[in-house]
Amino acid sequence: MLFLACAYALPFFGVALWSVTLPEIGTGQYQRLVGDPLVLSVFLRTFRICLIVTAIAVAAAYAITYVWVRGSRLQRRIIEICIFVPFWISLLTRAFGWLALLSNRGLFNSWMQALGLIDSPLMLVRNEPSVIAGMVHVLIPFAVLPLASAMRAVDERVLLAARGMGASRLRIFWSVFLPLTLPGVIGATLIVFVFSLGFFVTPAILGGGRSVMVAELVYLRMFQSPDWGLGAAISVALVLIVAGLMALLSRFAGLALTGGGK
Amino acid sequence: MTTKAVGIQAIGIGKSFGHFTALRDITLDVAPGEFLTLLGPSGSGKTTFLMVLAGFQAASTGRLLSDGVDITHSRAEDRSYGMVFQGYALFPHKTVAQNIAFPLQVRGMGREEIARRVDAIIARVGLVGHEKKRPAMLSGGQQQRVALARALVFEPPVLLLDEPFSALDKHLRGRMQEEVARLHGEFGTTFVFVTHDQSEALSLSSRIAIFNHGRLLQVGAPRDIYERPQSRFVAEFLGEINLLPVDEVGQCSLGTSGLFEGARLRAPRHEQVSGSAVLAVRPEHMSVSAEPPADGNGVAARLASTTYLGAAMRLALATRSGTQLTVTLPSEAAGRVLNHGPDFWVTWSFENGFLLPEQS
Repeated sequence: MLFLACAYALPFFGVALWSVTLPEIGTGQYQRLVGDPLVLSVFLRTFRICLIVTAIAVAAAYAITYVWVRGSRLQRRIIEICIFVPFWISLLTRAFGWLALLSNRGLFNSWMQALGLIDSPLMLVRNEPSVIAGMVHVLIPFAVLPLASAMRAVDERVLLAARGMGASRLRIFWSVFLPLTLPGVIGATLIVFVFSLGFFVTPAILGGGRSVMVAELVYLRMFQSPDWGLGAAISVALVLIVAGLMALLSRFAGLALTGGGK
Repeated sequence: MTTKAVGIQAIGIGKSFGHFTALRDITLDVAPGEFLTLLGPSGSGKTTFLMVLAGFQAASTGRLLSDGVDITHSRAEDRSYGMVFQGYALFPHKTVAQNIAFPLQVRGMGREEIARRVDAIIARVGLVGHEKKRPAMLSGGQQQRVALARALVFEPPVLLLDEPFSALDKHLRGRMQEEVARLHGEFGTTFVFVTHDQSEALSLSSRIAIFNHGRLLQVGAPRDIYERPQSRFVAEFLGEINLLPVDEVGQCSLGTSGLFEGARLRAPRHEQVSGSAVLAVRPEHMSVSAEPPADGNGVAARLASTTYLGAAMRLALATRSGTQLTVTLPSEAAGRVLNHGPDFWVTWSFENGFLLPEQS
């Protein structure tokens, strides 16, 4: 507890203090935050990117987890290697990996040129789609774990029972398997969304300054233009949003535990 | 409402999981409309055989016919037999009514027809007032009724039941057994029932098939199996039995006889045994007296202990050579006999004993 207080609460308290004292005492920075079209547009872009990333990551993770939990031994092993080995590789390395793949002189463009399919390199990085791809890649493992525990909790005999009653595989999936794993989907969605809001490294490298997200904006305000007050106010706003979502998450997790979630 | 019941013919069904052989060469006819129980200890292959019948597992060898049509390779969803699982396997996210409606929805039935049938079966299994509850809100017995209703609502030609009562307490189990027997009578569907509980099998079934180590040992009506088991395993599995080792087995004028502690004991004719064998007698078929029998079978034994069971009394005795015997007597009769001291004659009538091969 003491560690938590020193390492998290105190610095956050300091940042919160800045947001109402720099450069002068008052709520001026929060008024700027709401009034500044640039800050607002970065928040909106962040939400848009994070929603897209969450939707893609959770959908992809659902499919991957389904095979991981219910597939053959070989399929399970392949998925474990593909999902959990990158999990231990630094964010930075993975972002540069995408750069190596997609940049102007990257593997993709040079191969396409060598094959004569394109004349000049395609602009594949420094845009939103590349940020989304990089973020989805990082976030999928975080969705896999809650989904896997939800899928493992499904009683195999319930699925057998549905088959025995003549239900097709599609029908069993839609009216039995998916509803039973829905608490896991909600949990995974919230976790991925909350994580994605604070992303810094991946959008900074793959967005190349063209699609700035909130965390990068904080960095820019703090270190590029000495505007600490606004940076601090943005941080506080982000923390409040995340805290609200976490509260929601714990409510859903509680529901899932008591089996009340439909 | 009666369904057309079908029969199933299993011909040489075998099932292996890797090196483990779960079923060996099972040939068994399930007659249309009968109540067949698959009985055996755990790991005997009875549940595997039920899963093969259901189509959830494919047989490794052999064929399966349903009224003469080959269904060996047809999928479970196409066979569409009713099934009641161990632990019921209800849909936890659906209400009672939605659970029961599911197989009808799968069949594309109209909304009103579904509602009518669901209401009718809910009334028949005694669940009126629970329609809107989720399974987690029901007692074990009520969940069992939902599972039965869901398995019977689409009028399947065969109903398969996998140890359906194992989670219920003894009192409830008795009531649900009566319920299942009643539903079998009313629906006329072929029931195939798996259990490891001998008394359940004896009281419910029209026929019993005994499994052990993946083999089918004996099939027959409960009384035949209980009174005329063909092997030691079947004899011992279906309740208590006394086994007396006998030598010099030979045919005599009345039947077959063998030597036990120097005395000749007789049993109905059994021509397949010779040399050494065991003579089997159920404890309730034996009696105890102070005098040697004038005519018939009897062995001298000393009383070791008695157990009071309410209506009956169980006596444990040992013969001179140390063979343990168990005799159950009505309590009243036991009271009269037991005054006479520790040494008795254990007697039984000739037709209640039967000879079994020594090793089986």
